[in-house]
Amino acid sequence: MKRRVMVKSLGMLAAGALLASTALVPAHAEEKGPIKVGILHSLSGTMAISETVLKDTALMAIEEINAKGGVLGRKLEPVVIDPASNWPLFAEKARQLLATDKVAVVFGCWTSVSRKSVLPVFKELNGLLFYPVQYEGEELEKNVFYTGAAPNQQAIPAVEYLMSKAGGGAKRFVLLGTDYVYPRTTNKILRAFLHSKGVADADIMEEYTPFGHSDYQTIVANIKKFASGGKTAVVSTINGDSNVPFYKELGNAGLKATEVPVVAFSVGEEELRGVDAKPLVGHLAAWNYFMSLKNPANTEFKKKWAAYAKAHGVANADKPLTNDPMEATYIGVNLWKQAVEKAKTTDVDKVIAAVGGQKLEAPSGFTAEMDAKNHHLHKPVFIGEVKADGQFNVVWKTPGPVRAQPWSPFIPGNDKKKDEPDTH
Amino acid sequence: MRMLRLIVGLLLAMSVAPAMALDRETIAQLTGGDPDEQHRALGAAAARGDLSAIPFLRDLLADRVKLAGDKAFIVDGDKVVDALERTPAELPADAEDASTSNSLRLAIEETIALIELASPDRAARLEAVKRLQSAELDESRVALLAKAEQKERDASVRDVLRQMRALGELQSADRVQRLSAAQALRTTISGRVREALKTRLATEDDGEVRVALTRSLRNVESSLAIGENLGVVFSGLSLGSILLLAALGLAITYGLMGVINMAHGEMMMIGAYATYIVQNLFRAHLPDHFQWYLAAAAPVAFLVAALVGVAIERTVIRFLYGRALETLLATWGVSLILMQAVRSLFGAQNVQVENPAWMSGRVFVTDNLELPYNRIVILIFSVGVLLLVSFLLARTRLGLFVRAVTQNRGMARCVGVDSSRIDTMAFALGSGLAGLAGVALSQVGNVGPDLGQHYIVDSFMVVVLGGVGQLAGAVYAALGLGVAGKILENMAGAVLAEIALLIFIVVFIQKRPQGLFALGGRQAD
Repeated sequence: MKRRVMVKSLGMLAAGALLASTALVPAHAEEKGPIKVGILHSLSGTMAISETVLKDTALMAIEEINAKGGVLGRKLEPVVIDPASNWPLFAEKARQLLATDKVAVVFGCWTSVSRKSVLPVFKELNGLLFYPVQYEGEELEKNVFYTGAAPNQQAIPAVEYLMSKAGGGAKRFVLLGTDYVYPRTTNKILRAFLHSKGVADADIMEEYTPFGHSDYQTIVANIKKFASGGKTAVVSTINGDSNVPFYKELGNAGLKATEVPVVAFSVGEEELRGVDAKPLVGHLAAWNYFMSLKNPANTEFKKKWAAYAKAHGVANADKPLTNDPMEATYIGVNLWKQAVEKAKTTDVDKVIAAVGGQKLEAPSGFTAEMDAKNHHLHKPVFIGEVKADGQFNVVWKTPGPVRAQPWSPFIPGNDKKKDEPDTH
Repeated sequence: MRMLRLIVGLLLAMSVAPAMALDRETIAQLTGGDPDEQHRALGAAAARGDLSAIPFLRDLLADRVKLAGDKAFIVDGDKVVDALERTPAELPADAEDASTSNSLRLAIEETIALIELASPDRAARLEAVKRLQSAELDESRVALLAKAEQKERDASVRDVLRQMRALGELQSADRVQRLSAAQALRTTISGRVREALKTRLATEDDGEVRVALTRSLRNVESSLAIGENLGVVFSGLSLGSILLLAALGLAITYGLMGVINMAHGEMMMIGAYATYIVQNLFRAHLPDHFQWYLAAAAPVAFLVAALVGVAIERTVIRFLYGRALETLLATWGVSLILMQAVRSLFGAQNVQVENPAWMSGRVFVTDNLELPYNRIVILIFSVGVLLLVSFLLARTRLGLFVRAVTQNRGMARCVGVDSSRIDTMAFALGSGLAGLAGVALSQVGNVGPDLGQHYIVDSFMVVVLGGVGQLAGAVYAALGLGVAGKILENMAGAVLAEIALLIFIVVFIQKRPQGLFALGGRQAD
């Protein structure tokens, strides 16, 4: 690997020297041309459903910036690469973007495993990644800015809402998830949080199902039995399309959202597109943005997206939807642009120093601010109820943006970890 | 004269009074968005026993209320009426939905039930008390229930009210009251009562009350246990019936013909997509008969899957009979092609298949067991398909030929059976059955290009466990796996249950490679 890189860079050096000597290009020519920007989202494979739209959102933001004259007087030139939902390929493509295309910044990744796979590359080549999806926390890297939610910006407020009077005053909790790292970590944090609120272990039921599980009869029967012991709410980290059979079974068993509300962390507008939403009506989702939010910034964001989708023939352009990760992507591109303008250069270290403290009037209706230290965004939290048309009716929101805690205080040992990336 | 005026005045007051009960202020409070005020308004409506509020509350529940300024409107389809006067009105352009949250909807439902306790209709009252059984009871509600109990003349409604009062009286300081409460709860079979009795028993120190509590608890628990166990068995049978449907086609293509058909799952997927298309056709052209689209979808799915099966058999499998490994690879390739084809045609995202209304609902069995219609329908459907297939194989000429070719191909050809035609027919039958399974699966799960992938392993498991070449074996294996799986899941959780079942099958096949039921006598080929 190392050797290949060396050979490659040697080759490029030679080519560069040749170019410079023959065409007599001034040394600072690169400073005048367009700035290359990498987009690393799966456009094929299982994650394509979710990630393709983020590629389009990033392109839309770039087009918008270019229309206003670009950054530092230079246009942005997007380099779109498809890592095909293949985790090792993510690392390879990231290397290509950073080493060959020499992009100034990369917007990309969705699953935690793809992020973990590109991390070493970004560290080695000192690249810059903006990651737009809510995740389990427990990570803080100098080369990454996280514009999605940490657990305290999604999971914990959701449970607080369920315990509140407006949320039904739940006393017992079912923590239900697919059996992999994100639900396990989130539920570990939630259990510790519930303990801190005085909920006993007897009032917490934790259940996991395999990937692609489709028969939820037993689990729903157990939830029903569990719910007879007091007001119960379900916190679901069920992954992807297993949600549909789960909600159908809930409806079958006559467990209504008014009696046993389910709050989900991975069910959004885009996920509800291919789903008969009737069995889900009244159930909840926690996000930092909903398409149904009413404010000028969101109206404009939706209008821009609809126009862009139509003009570029994006799939499902006849029914354009916006969602939380799209908003996070849009914020990420704009914050980076502002940071470059502040730093007056695209140099990664200088930009990283400038991103902290950048603000943007976000489509959520609040000012999104990048924390000065911990590389995470300050975001508001919304709880929405599913409506029959697949949109959400916002029933609760935090009074203002919440600061992220990437190291959850509810995991033992985290209190010793620093709230900023190591800078060796 | 004065007398008359007084009487007229009184009559007017009486006729106006109930209408006055729902006023602008109450409506404003209910739709204002302040949870405390909403709950207060609901509490007041319940305390007044305000029957006139019910229509508005029901509109609020059904999301029919829209707000513009300080006015509220009820929008029902094209009809718009003023919420207070119920007179036709024009909906202002800036009208917005009155939003309700879960906790508000719950409070509205319970308030309606509390008000309806005073309804003249016995059935409505019974419905209302049943609805309130799971409600949280604060002091004002307890008082309302006590009042209703005194007035109530119907025995069954009064019984429920008495039991609900007993639930509160379990905590009473008076031991006589506690004793009678404990006795009254003996026949109230619900999880809530079980929990209440348990909690009380933990702190009760009066001997006689303890005895009564224990006796009632034992009775409630044993009744609940019956329902719970029946529930486990039913969910096992339901899972088994789905496995059986998925495996039945394979039992023919693999079991009888010996073709390892990796594209079997995709036949189910095609069946499910056929259901989706039929559903859309019904929605577009026969919206009045939409409820019955499944009846049309079943034969369509069977035919489409069977035709695809014929095409595969004629173009691929025909040339690979007797070469198991090649068939496996070739059909796997076919399955990939089919999945990609569907992805290109319909998109990679799942498509939406709706349950018809008659399939969503439940049938009451015992106090804590209600069986969902859609699972019952699938159970009956799979029994029907099974009967049809066994009739086809045992009683028809085609079945006779299939069995003949299975047992001894050479001999069958000698007596004039066109064995290659029979192969095609049998494969079409197996594929068509998979298509029928797809119809059933579309009603309980997701319909997407990789639907088949989730069921192919289970299908092979059932056929191999049941014994290759046996239809009856597949039935026992499917139901056995279903029920055992559900019992295990109840004990150890879904993840461990799946592992345990797979280990069991591995061990079982080691000990008995021929499966549960082996063909006796001379084997064919």
